[in-house]
Amino acid sequence: MEGIAGRKPALIWAVHLSVVLLVVLWTLPTFGLLVSSFRDKDQLSVSGWWTSLTSTERNLVVRAPAPDDKGAQRQEGAFHVITGNVFDGGGAGAVSAFGVSSQDPSAFAVGETAVLKDGERVSVTETGDFRIEADQPMTGKRGQRLFVTVLEPPLFTLDNYRTVLLSEGIGRSFINTLTVTIPATIIPILIAAFAGYALAWMRFPGRTFLVAMVVGLIVVPLQMSLIPLLRLYTDIGIGKSYVGIWLAHTGFGLPLAIYLLRNYIKGLPKEIIESARVDGASDFEIFVKIVLPLSFPALASFAIFQFLWVWNDLLVATVFLGNNEEQLVMTGRLRELLGSRGGNWEILTASAFVSIAVPLAVFFALQRYLVRGLLAGSVK
Amino acid sequence: MEQLLVALGSMALGVGACALYFWGSNRLLDLVFPARSAHAAANIRRANLIRPWLFLGPAVIILTVYLVYPVLNSIWLSLHGRTGEEFVGLDNYVWLFGDDGFRESIRNNLLWLVVVPAASTFFGLIAAALTDRIAWGNIAKSLIFMPMAISFIGASVIWKFIYDVRAADVEQIGLLNAIVVALGGAPQAWIALPFWNNFFLMVILIWIQTGFAMVILSAALRGIPEETVEAAVLDGANPLQIFLKIKVPQIWGTIAVVWTTITILVLKVFDIVLAMTNGQWGTQVLANFMFDWMFRGLDFGRAATIALVIMALVVPIMIWNIREAQKDA
Amino acid sequence: MSSVSLKEVGKSYGRVEVLRGINLEIETGELIVFVGPSGCGKSTLLRMIAGLETITAGDLSIDDERMNDVPPAQRGIAMVFQTYALYPHMSVRDNMAFGMKIAKKPKAEIEAAVSKAARILQLEPYLDRLPKALSGGQRQRVAIGRAIVRDPKVFLFDEPLSNLDAALRVATRIEIAHLKESMPDSTMIYVTHDQVEAMTLADRIVVLNGGNIEQVGAPLELYENPRNVFVAQFIGSPAMNLLDATVTATGTQTTVGRADGPAVVVPIASQASDQARPVRLGVRPEDLVLTEAEDALIEAEVDLVEALGETTVLYLKGANGGAGTIAKLPGIHPVKKGTRVRLKADPAKLHLFDEAGISFRHR
Repeated sequence: MEGIAGRKPALIWAVHLSVVLLVVLWTLPTFGLLVSSFRDKDQLSVSGWWTSLTSTERNLVVRAPAPDDKGAQRQEGAFHVITGNVFDGGGAGAVSAFGVSSQDPSAFAVGETAVLKDGERVSVTETGDFRIEADQPMTGKRGQRLFVTVLEPPLFTLDNYRTVLLSEGIGRSFINTLTVTIPATIIPILIAAFAGYALAWMRFPGRTFLVAMVVGLIVVPLQMSLIPLLRLYTDIGIGKSYVGIWLAHTGFGLPLAIYLLRNYIKGLPKEIIESARVDGASDFEIFVKIVLPLSFPALASFAIFQFLWVWNDLLVATVFLGNNEEQLVMTGRLRELLGSRGGNWEILTASAFVSIAVPLAVFFALQRYLVRGLLAGSVK
Repeated sequence: MEQLLVALGSMALGVGACALYFWGSNRLLDLVFPARSAHAAANIRRANLIRPWLFLGPAVIILTVYLVYPVLNSIWLSLHGRTGEEFVGLDNYVWLFGDDGFRESIRNNLLWLVVVPAASTFFGLIAAALTDRIAWGNIAKSLIFMPMAISFIGASVIWKFIYDVRAADVEQIGLLNAIVVALGGAPQAWIALPFWNNFFLMVILIWIQTGFAMVILSAALRGIPEETVEAAVLDGANPLQIFLKIKVPQIWGTIAVVWTTITILVLKVFDIVLAMTNGQWGTQVLANFMFDWMFRGLDFGRAATIALVIMALVVPIMIWNIREAQKDA
Repeated sequence: MSSVSLKEVGKSYGRVEVLRGINLEIETGELIVFVGPSGCGKSTLLRMIAGLETITAGDLSIDDERMNDVPPAQRGIAMVFQTYALYPHMSVRDNMAFGMKIAKKPKAEIEAAVSKAARILQLEPYLDRLPKALSGGQRQRVAIGRAIVRDPKVFLFDEPLSNLDAALRVATRIEIAHLKESMPDSTMIYVTHDQVEAMTLADRIVVLNGGNIEQVGAPLELYENPRNVFVAQFIGSPAMNLLDATVTATGTQTTVGRADGPAVVVPIASQASDQARPVRLGVRPEDLVLTEAEDALIEAEVDLVEALGETTVLYLKGANGGAGTIAKLPGIHPVKKGTRVRLKADPAKLHLFDEAGISFRHR
């Protein structure tokens, strides 16, 4: 296709541009989340993440030391002076303007001198040093209020992650999620591989019916199973336990697993299995020594599927696991945070990123198998 | 840490039990019907009658308990009261069809069913067609495919951040409102905007599913014989005509598969609505509606009835799938 | 008038040059066949004429118009692909009409062109079928029909028969020959690796090898008078035998001496400078006949006999285990494996090639 004569180069450019646009649209949301999770929480709440590389303008209100405080005031020549720095209470940046009343918080430029009603003169430098000067000793229990406009440099920090991992319980939820995910990935594969082999290569009455049943069960909405299983679990005393959720995930993942693995195993060369049979191998030996190793690609792709699905699941976990510290999984925690800390974006963004980091890593590392599995399931 | 050990231990135990079952049961069968004995032939025949069921046993039991039994039990539950004890006949169905929440859910679900599969397939097809023509297409594909790995709830956080709204006089930190303000508009609370908020929620699922559609359609497009495309070039078709009249008709089968797969997913979607609006502001969908009656309404009869409605909606797809599978076999 | 003209045409993919310096004039109404082993560039050359591959060097003209940068559809060509390339989702009728529909031709005109092509190719009963409901031969006829409907100046055929079974191949080959006769003004370019197709169909054959044209000529001219060893061995089956020899006498006739046989006088001129030159003496298997004479061209032990009825092919052992010679004798001969036979050939049918492989007749 590359070589067709008389093609218009403009068209090629249009294709490139459209793809760039698509890629930007599809990655920007995640990228924004990632950037935000590393931003200082005060900046995050006042400016969009796309401005994070430029300085942020913030308005600070600081109070100078009260004149009555001991040592706040000193005498320099004829003047009585109070000095300090607007960043004494924290923060950094460059002061661009200041003011002395809330009506006009940026009335004066840096370097100018504001004269107050009582004759006190106030000046602020760019670095935030301020100086209040008066001819008489100043009095008062409260210090002068200063309004400063500060250009803050971009601040990036790991604090958000420290917070969510240590104090918001995300760390604990991470382990809970792992506890759910790993067995819930391996058990269905094992069961499905045996069933897939039986449905592909063994002869017994009812095989066609079983295959049809498996295909039909793939689409059963799992909402269907929640109440009956919840009642069943309560009746037989499994309750809300890890065993319960492992088996639930196994049950929900099994139809697709059997279907995919059966298709793959059926596609293995008949001659290999027949020659092993001629060599006197039993079905169990054929399965373990020949079919299982040859099916590795299909096993891997289903494993990735099931892993992502279980890791990302919220519904099954909400229904079959408790809402307590020992059992709350990451998706559940995230949902809880969305409810309770809905406005705290520094917590939400960092938590969300912790929860999607593992699936993303798995995705990028094993994408090839994932794609292969998808194709095996959908394209005939 | 301790829990991690417990987890590892139980994992080993679960997997070990599984493996032990398969190995042990087959071994037992070989001992009961030895293949090297006076009745070798008869033994092998008998063993071959039993062995498939050893292989299939766990799968059949789990499928029955976790999927077949619940379907039957749900039907039974839907005919009973809130705790499943008193028989109420069709009362739950009567209630359901008269309920405003249900009507809203059905309307929204139909909207989702039309918009999400269509948009995901459409964007997926466009992305597949475009990325197949450029050198860095695989990287682009990988990035568009990426949201597939993100949980619905994670995606909800991502998009809630985009839809974030602040008062009109302060800087917007949500991307969408920032753009609207930059263009001179007034910031909106997107997810509370009646009717349209449904579409803002759908965007999330479309964003996730486009990659899936793209990957599969891209493989299908690459499976089209190159010569048919060249023949069309010689026939004078331009790239758009080739795409619409030669390529797309040849992959209708795959488009149908992608469409139905996403349709099934849409019917089950619940996390996004739960996290974004919890069904408020007219965004209720069946799956979340059912969840509401199950956990907040604590009425198992009604919840089971709603689940059966979802099931009824997938039955046509189920039948179609089984037919297709049997055609192959 | 020259219909298709190639001047110094070349093709390279990056640094890899697959075709270089191709010069060829194709007359209107001619059926020309590109033939050569796989990888020789014949299909690439055809696709360059079609416009499916860009031309990286030289000029291509069709009817004296430079075509290098003209899109394929506007070159006045039609192509028949090896795999038929039928649109699987369209009926036979729509397949044939697609090009004209794209060009927005009036309906009546399309209908007329399609039915005419269908009549010529006896496709009328199948017009509303999908390609998958047709046999291989029928599919290939639809592909040809699609080309006819376009009413091109030049027909391009890319190995159109290779996907057919042996019997159909012969039948379709004859159909193409008839088609050519019925359209005397159409130029046809036909690519094949099968020399029988080339010999039977071509007005002229272009033998390609390694990205170069080895020889251009009428089929029998290539057979009787190959320019070099490659053409000599490529045309004719089994391939021409080559015997090592040295020139011992020059002049209007050339005498060559051989290590494992008597000296031979060949009626081909040579120059004095050729004296003592190592050469190869070529003789076609079908030019060899059995003889009793002592001074036979070849005397060797029979290694294998293939009796085909119409011919008998003898595989003879070479001297010292070297490459043996092959003889193709008409009719049935009761020669046994292991016997020694003597073979001779008409000196006029011998060929001489120098060390570079060039025929003495073409120097």
